[in-house]
Amino acid sequence: MGPATMSESLIEESILSRPTYGTLKIVPGLAHYFLADASGAECVIRVVQELPRDMMEKVHILYVPTPGEAALITSLYALGATRFEHFPTIEEAVAKLGDWLSDAKMGSQLYLAGTEGLVGQGVAKGEECGLDHTAVQCEHRGSLARRVQCVHCKTMIEDVTTQPVKCPSCDLLLLVRDHYSRRLAAFQGVCINAEDPSEEIEIKEVFK
Amino acid sequence: MTIQFKDESFRGDFTYANSPSNIPRFPFPFPEDEYMYSTNIEPHHAARAGSPFENAFDVDEHYVAEMKDRALVLADDPGRCQALPHMETAGWDFLELVMVSKARDYPDLFKLTMDGDRWHWINKPLQIDDTFTFGDSSTLPCHPMEYIGRQVQGDHAILDQRDGNLWMDAGIITAQADWSLDFDIGMNFFEWHAPVPLAHELGVFQRALKFLLTLPQGQPSRRLNWTLTVNPRLDTSPENYPKWGPDRMTVTPENIGEKVHLRVELQTFWRLPRSNAILFPIRTYLMAMNEVVTQPKWGRRLHRVMRDLRPELVEYKGLSRYHPILVEWLSQFDDGAPTSPGIFPD
Amino acid sequence: MSASDHLIPVVVSNVVEVNPIIKRFEFKHVNGDELPAFSGGAHIVVEMLDDGTKRKNPYSLMSSPFERDQYAISVRRDDTGRGGSKFMHEQVRPGMQMKISAPVNLFALDLRARKHLMIAGGIGITPFIAQMAQADKLGVPFELHYAARSVSQAAYMDSLADRFGDNVSCYCDDQGESVDLEMLLSSQPLGTHVYVCGPKGMIERVVETATSLGWPAAHVHFEHFLAPPVGEPFEVHLAKAGIDITVGAEQSLLEAVEASGTPINCMCRGGACGQCETVVVACEGEIMHNDHWLDEEQRASRQRIMPCVSRFRGKRLELDL
Repeated sequence: MGPATMSESLIEESILSRPTYGTLKIVPGLAHYFLADASGAECVIRVVQELPRDMMEKVHILYVPTPGEAALITSLYALGATRFEHFPTIEEAVAKLGDWLSDAKMGSQLYLAGTEGLVGQGVAKGEECGLDHTAVQCEHRGSLARRVQCVHCKTMIEDVTTQPVKCPSCDLLLLVRDHYSRRLAAFQGVCINAEDPSEEIEIKEVFK
Repeated sequence: MTIQFKDESFRGDFTYANSPSNIPRFPFPFPEDEYMYSTNIEPHHAARAGSPFENAFDVDEHYVAEMKDRALVLADDPGRCQALPHMETAGWDFLELVMVSKARDYPDLFKLTMDGDRWHWINKPLQIDDTFTFGDSSTLPCHPMEYIGRQVQGDHAILDQRDGNLWMDAGIITAQADWSLDFDIGMNFFEWHAPVPLAHELGVFQRALKFLLTLPQGQPSRRLNWTLTVNPRLDTSPENYPKWGPDRMTVTPENIGEKVHLRVELQTFWRLPRSNAILFPIRTYLMAMNEVVTQPKWGRRLHRVMRDLRPELVEYKGLSRYHPILVEWLSQFDDGAPTSPGIFPD
Repeated sequence: MSASDHLIPVVVSNVVEVNPIIKRFEFKHVNGDELPAFSGGAHIVVEMLDDGTKRKNPYSLMSSPFERDQYAISVRRDDTGRGGSKFMHEQVRPGMQMKISAPVNLFALDLRARKHLMIAGGIGITPFIAQMAQADKLGVPFELHYAARSVSQAAYMDSLADRFGDNVSCYCDDQGESVDLEMLLSSQPLGTHVYVCGPKGMIERVVETATSLGWPAAHVHFEHFLAPPVGEPFEVHLAKAGIDITVGAEQSLLEAVEASGTPINCMCRGGACGQCETVVVACEGEIMHNDHWLDEEQRASRQRIMPCVSRFRGKRLELDL
C-alpha cells in the first residue's frame, strides 16, 4: 500500500464555540507529545521526520490505528520516538496520555491530529492535566463525524454522521448543532421535533 | 416592607399570576418602539422607589414560589447547579454579596449577624436560620453558591476573569431561556454567546466584554434582555424542551392574552472582591399579555416592536409558530398614538 | 468608568521606613469601617494633592487580602520620576487624610494553577506578598524567587522567610547570586503558572526564557510598574466635550482629562491594559507613545493614543472624548 493521499481538512469557519484547526508545526519545548488516529498519522510523520535525531528522546507518540491496518503503525514506529504506543480506542489512548502528562513538566508541547473526536478528547485531557487549551496544536484530518451530547439525557453519542440523529438512549430525534463544548469535546444535540413530535424529519448523511 | 408571598406554580396547572399592584413595576424591556440588539448597559444604582431597580437583589411577591420551583428543578436535575473546582472563593463572594444586600434592603425579611467569621443568617420567608463559618464550606450543607443560590430569585452565573476574557466556570441555572449550563460551563464569553445571530457582527459582544473586564468593585451595572414564553414556565431549559416545546403549538387567538408571557431578564453585573470574578445574575420576570396591555403605553409599543421584529430574531427567540397571530392580537391595543420614551408606564 | 471615579476616604495610620529607599504606608478608613476585600495582586489608586497638581498613582497592595482593617503599600523612592514617590516619601505623614480607589486587579493568580511560581525584582515584591497570603490560605503550592541588589534592599525578606520558610528564596546581586531561570523554568510540573514583577529587563528575561522553553503564554503572567513619564506641557482639544485642556509637565494626559470632568475609561494607568485607548481626531505634531498596547502600525497612523502614559508635542491634538 502506498502512502495515503494528502487529505485536507474540510472544516470551514463555523460558529465561535467551534474550535479552529491549524497545521502542526514543531515549536520549542522540553518534550513533544503526539496523539493521532489513522487519518492524522501522516501529520505526525510529516512533522517528526524533520526532527534531528537527538531530539527524538523528547518525542512521545500515541496512536489509534484503524482496525486491521498495520502500515501506519510501522511508519510511526520507525520514526524512533522515545515512546510509541498504540491502542484500539481513543478512550484508551487518551487515558494513557493522561498518565504520561501526569509526570510531564511545563514546557511540554501537545500535538493532536485526526478526527474532531480524537482531537477534542486530547484537548480536554490536556486541560485536565494542567495544560491550557491555547497551547495545544490541533490539525483536523479525515471524517467529519461528530461526537454529540444529547442535552436531554446527557448520553454521549459517538461517530454521528447524520442530521438529525436518534439518541440511542432516550430515543429522541436530535438536531446536531454547531454549538460545541471543549470541556465535553462534543457538539450539542437538541430534540428537533419537540414542539410537534408528529413532525417527520428526513435523516440525511451529512457529516462524512 | 410587607410583601404578600404568593403560593403559585410555574408548571402543571400554572397558577402563577401577577397581583394588579405588581404590574406597573414590571421591567418592560423596550425604551422605544423598535428593537435591535445593543450593548444597552447602564449603572445599577438605586433608582425609582418601588421599581425592580431599587434594590441590589429585588425580592417580590413571587419569591417563595420561585424558590420552590428551583428546588424541584434541582431535585430532578442536579446538573443545573455546577461549579468548576477553582470557583469556591467566588461562591463565597456571591454568598456575602447576597446576604449583605438582602439584610440591608429587606431588614424585615432577612437578618445577618457577623461575629468575626461566624455568621448567623435568618431568611424568614423560607424559614431558614443557619450559623456557619464564612470561607469554610464544611460548615454549610452544600457549595456556598448553591446554598445562597437556593435563596435568591434569578439564575446566577459566575464568570472567572483571566486571559483577557470571561469564563463561565460556575452557575445555578434553573429558569433559563433555552441554554444549558452543563453544556456551556467552561466556555468563554464569545463561545457561550456563539449561537446568537447578528450580534457578533455588530460588535455587541466585543464592547460588552471590554466593559465587563474593567468593571470596578462597588459599581454594578445592568441591562434588560427579553423573549416570550407560552405559559408562565420558569424552566424553559433545553434539557426539558420536550416538556415545554409543545406549549408553543397551543396558542390560539382566543388564549393569547393569558398564555403568551413577556419574559424579561434583568441582568446585572458585579465585580466580586476576593475572587476577582464577575457575578452575573439573570433575574426573570414574567407577565401575561393580558397584564402587559393594562398599561396603554406598553400595549401600543409592544405591538410595534413585535410587528417590526427582524425575522432572524423571531426565529432565534422561538416565536415563529405564533408570531403572526400575536401581532394581530396586539394590534387592537395600538391606536397609533405616540409613546413616551423610556420603559415605565405613563 | 473606572475604580478611581469613586474614592474611599482614608487616614494614614502608619509610615514605616523599611530601608533607605522604601517606605511602607498604611491606611485605615476615616470612619473605622472595613475596607473592601480584594484578591492578591490588586492595586489601589492613591490620589495625591501636590501643590495644585492632582495626581493618581497605582500601588500594589501588599497587605493580606484577609486583612480588612487596613491596607499597606510600599513605595520606592524615584527622584527621576514625576514626583509621585517623592511626594509620598516627603509629604505623607501619619494622621493625614487621603483618598484611595477600591482595589483593582490586573495581576491576579490563575485560580486553576496547581502551583504558583513567583519571580520578584526589587519593589516588585509587593504584589507577591499579598498573593502568597492568599495562596497559603487556599493551600495551593507556591514558590517565591526574589532578586534584590543587596540584603539590605531585599525588603521584607526576613518576615517572608519566617512565614513561608523554604518556599521563598532570595538572590542578592552584591553576593553574586542570581536566579537560574533556565533550571527553574525547566523543572516545574504541568499546571504551574509563573508570575513576574520587577524591572523591565527582568520581566523580559523571564518571559523570553519561559517562551523559549515552551511555556504557553496563558501560563506566563507579568506586571510592569510603569509610571507616566514627565514632559513638556501641551494643549489638547476634547471634541465631544467641546473643551480645551492643558496637560501639565508632571501630569499625565489621563489625569488632565479626569481633572476636567470628562468621562474616560481606564484601568491600569500604566499603558498595558488597553482600556484607555482613545481615537485621535486630529494630530498636527508628534505623539510620544509610551505604552505597551498599540502596535507599530497604530502608532505610526497617529489615529490612536493611550492617554495614561503617552504625550504630545506639536501644533494641535484633538481627541474623540
